[in-house]
Amino acid sequence: MKTFNYHSPKETKEATKLASSNSVFLAGGMTTIPSMKLGLASYKDVINIKGIKKLSGIKVSGKTLKIGATTKHAEVAQSKEVKKSIPSLAALAEGIGDPQVRNRGTIGGSIANNDPAADYPSACIALNATIHTDRRKIDADKFFRGMFETCLKTGEIIESIEFEIPAKSNYQKFPNPASRYAIVGVYVAKHKGGVNVAVTGAKSCAYNDKDLSSALTKNFSSSAVQNVRVSPSGMNSDIHASAEYRANMVKVFAKKAVEAC
Amino acid sequence: MASLVGSRVERKEDKKLLTGRGKYTADVNFVNQAYAYFVRSPHARAEIKKVDISKASKASGVVAVLTGADISNDKIGGLIAGWRIKSEDGSDMKVPAHPPLASETVNYVGDHVAVVIADSLDEARNAAELVKVDYKVLKAVVSTQDAMNSDQIYKDIPKNLCFDWLLGDRAKVKEAFDKADKVIKIDLINNRLIPNAMEPRAANADYNPSTEEITLYTTSQNPHLARIIISAFNGVAPENKLRVIAPDVGGGFGSKIYPYAEEVVCSWAAKKIERPVKWVADRTESFLSDCHGRDHVTHAELAVKNDGTFLGFKNETIANIGAYASVFATVTPTYLFGPCATGVYKMPAAYSNVKAVFTNTAPVDAYRGAGRPEATYTIETLVEKAARELGMDPAEIRMKNFPTQFPYQQTLVHSVDSGDYVTGLNKAMEVGDYKGFEKRKKESASRGKLRGIGLCSYFEACGIAPSPVVMMLGCGIGLWESAEVRFNPTGNVTVFTGSHSHGQGHDTTFAQIAADQLGVPIENIEISHGDTDKGPFGYGTYGSRSLTVGGTAIVKACDKIIAKGKRVAAKMLEANVDDVEFSNGEFVVAKSNKKKTIGEIAFACYLPGTYGEVKSPLPEGEEPGLKETSFFDPANFSFPAGSHICEVEVDPETGETKVVKYTAIDDFGTIINPLVVEGQVHGGLAQGIGQALYENCHYDESGQLVTASYMDYTMPRADNFPDFDLGFTCTPATSNPLGTKGCGEAGAIAAPPAVMNAVMNAIGTEISMPATAEKVWKACNENKKTNSEAA
Repeated sequence: MKTFNYHSPKETKEATKLASSNSVFLAGGMTTIPSMKLGLASYKDVINIKGIKKLSGIKVSGKTLKIGATTKHAEVAQSKEVKKSIPSLAALAEGIGDPQVRNRGTIGGSIANNDPAADYPSACIALNATIHTDRRKIDADKFFRGMFETCLKTGEIIESIEFEIPAKSNYQKFPNPASRYAIVGVYVAKHKGGVNVAVTGAKSCAYNDKDLSSALTKNFSSSAVQNVRVSPSGMNSDIHASAEYRANMVKVFAKKAVEAC
Repeated sequence: MASLVGSRVERKEDKKLLTGRGKYTADVNFVNQAYAYFVRSPHARAEIKKVDISKASKASGVVAVLTGADISNDKIGGLIAGWRIKSEDGSDMKVPAHPPLASETVNYVGDHVAVVIADSLDEARNAAELVKVDYKVLKAVVSTQDAMNSDQIYKDIPKNLCFDWLLGDRAKVKEAFDKADKVIKIDLINNRLIPNAMEPRAANADYNPSTEEITLYTTSQNPHLARIIISAFNGVAPENKLRVIAPDVGGGFGSKIYPYAEEVVCSWAAKKIERPVKWVADRTESFLSDCHGRDHVTHAELAVKNDGTFLGFKNETIANIGAYASVFATVTPTYLFGPCATGVYKMPAAYSNVKAVFTNTAPVDAYRGAGRPEATYTIETLVEKAARELGMDPAEIRMKNFPTQFPYQQTLVHSVDSGDYVTGLNKAMEVGDYKGFEKRKKESASRGKLRGIGLCSYFEACGIAPSPVVMMLGCGIGLWESAEVRFNPTGNVTVFTGSHSHGQGHDTTFAQIAADQLGVPIENIEISHGDTDKGPFGYGTYGSRSLTVGGTAIVKACDKIIAKGKRVAAKMLEANVDDVEFSNGEFVVAKSNKKKTIGEIAFACYLPGTYGEVKSPLPEGEEPGLKETSFFDPANFSFPAGSHICEVEVDPETGETKVVKYTAIDDFGTIINPLVVEGQVHGGLAQGIGQALYENCHYDESGQLVTASYMDYTMPRADNFPDFDLGFTCTPATSNPLGTKGCGEAGAIAAPPAVMNAVMNAIGTEISMPATAEKVWKACNENKKTNSEAA
């Protein structure tokens, strides 16, 4: 690992000021630290934002659930508010990584990193989330741009993620047997305005499968999933799963999610 | 005192190991030590045009940058192949030179090009990035199947062929096949595996310029072998000036039997720079450069009568041994593989033909089971197929062909001293409720799952020795084992063994044996191993040999202790030596109440005279002290055997396969400690099931290792396994006085075919290892297609 300056600001503004094109925010470090250790990434400044108190916490207000960016996966998994309002989200958090990861990794870190196989991005899309940053509000649909790419600007800090509480929802993951990341993860959420089927692991970035979403909006049943064609085009293909296999697993796990709703 | 042999004594070493108080090579530090970081080839095959170390040498903290030219100038010898195999035509095997640092060509990704030694590891690693190597990249040979028809890697090795070996009689086999009602054929791949010991390899070499001695700490299963190779072949230091210590070692599974380039380079460099040199592999280096296992492509045939009687067997295999011939690389796919390929059956005629090929991949050597898993997978999937094609029950066809008279002269090499395969399989069927399978299958079907059952009956040859036999077959070393039993003056005991424990539990098992032999409480016995300066030369631990060979040496040394004790006791008790009997730690004069404890005798041996209360004159001519050494070379291998039954459930929608029931009935002869043996079986099964369902080493076409981390190499985890149902039968071995047979490799040998037979039974299609979800899903889909077309 190359040497770097370590900062631990107490306020968002202070953190933003320290940021540059050669800096990184540390929210959990579950990807950043291993990348630095392996020599795949190096930074002049590492800015730990975990000391900024207002970035952590869970709050239900009316029709939404708001989770602070530095809230750990374990906190989401164990939260009574989350279990009550969106139980599928608590279950998703409980299924991330292992106990060590869940007690260090944070929701903000996960979505800012936007790993193609991360779980949270699918939740953001399925649950019509709004990403609150230090300077604006961003719809989840527009936030995730591509592999490890979001619309965040240099120095922009995610403060919280606000989820719409659905009528019904469920997340089903088919884990990679080696890494246990999602080969395919499907988040199904039934809102008043319609159903979202968000998929992670299958392509370069989590996305809303419009065909599955509209089929389930019309008829919320696993038989409706059966009749939708999921195309393997654009899907990831690797030694663990071909695009064709992933396309089929999207359907299989969408069905499982609908049945579990 | 009750006998400890056979009892579930908790492992003495666990307190230390489980509370973080073990001492591993990485824990060893010397004052003023420097750190080594290896510059490795990023290419699978290339010529080295130039190595420019000028920038790296000037970098911060760098002590030395050493290259292949330096090692060659210092006349350090190359790494060796330890077992000479001859081809069918009588010619010797062909092996390439394997310098510890390459100077002309690199031959796999991870091959050693240079070493940077610096004051800190960070400085060494940063400077390594500044070593500029100019490569001319050549087309890599990667495929096992195509290696003989690909570009020639080494000038003097046509067709990349190390040897073309035959065991058996082709003419007799042809005769047998001509008489057959049916010939069952199979083509299979034995997938390549990466050992993944929990502790990565490491070395720390300290050189004392005034005594010219090197002390090398290293992660070895076999420190004595490391010493003789590094001395006699690499020429780093004479044996008397090289001490090798393998302290606590966190698993080896074969990959740590022999020294690698890193130990040679660290020892040589320590002498050169006159500073200790430490190297600890990171996990990526382990994936790239630990010797891998398996990697066979096999075509096999079984000639049968319609009633299921086996008439003959042939086995044509290509074995990938990687870029260089590692120490046991050549024996693993030959004598450890061929003889066992006829399985546990009467087989009137058989041959095994193995072509070993070089490729631009990491060297392949012994890995838990070494040859016998490959053999057992071949015959046991073939036998299962024969049962299917003949419409017989898989258990029935096995029973029909088991030998029942022992000793049994097996077709190709071995004379099996003892066994009872019928009882083993019957017990497995009973414990595993073989009859109840159809009911369980229906229950699985009600949940949409396909349930399958698979059998494996195996025997294997382990307890590796005897020296005259292995040397006749080409082995460059003997394979006996040593023990020294040393009484301390106060009556407690240290036992030195030439074998090495890196997870096997010798501290406990060997102490149980010594406690029983000597009548000394187990807590008064220490087992010492792993240091060439302590105890006599030995041959280490692998091939399930430690107990049958090394344990017996302890028994023999104890016998000598007792013989001397009788002479001393006779003198002290004023009796005739023939009247002294020894039991439960006491020397007793027959038909009297005169006795001395073994502790008193030990004390007497160290205070041989009369002084005040002490009255212990030794017999005339008797040397003082109480310490005996034994070297044991058994007359035969040991032949554990057993039957395993596996049940799997397949989800046809996803292809996911889960082992839901596993029964293992093994015959390991006498069992010293059932707790330790069960642990060994569990570990072996985890590796065997891992091979069948999860693990696979994957190189891409250019020779890059795709599965170079746990992100992509699927190590099985606890949640991949059910509770195992274990049981034992016992026919004691006749080749050692304990009656023991090896148990370390059985699980890894028996599980792959048991699991794969179950998978194939569930889905009704042949499928290769590992049976990953996508592969199984595809097979299920193809079945669906075929069935609907047929309808």
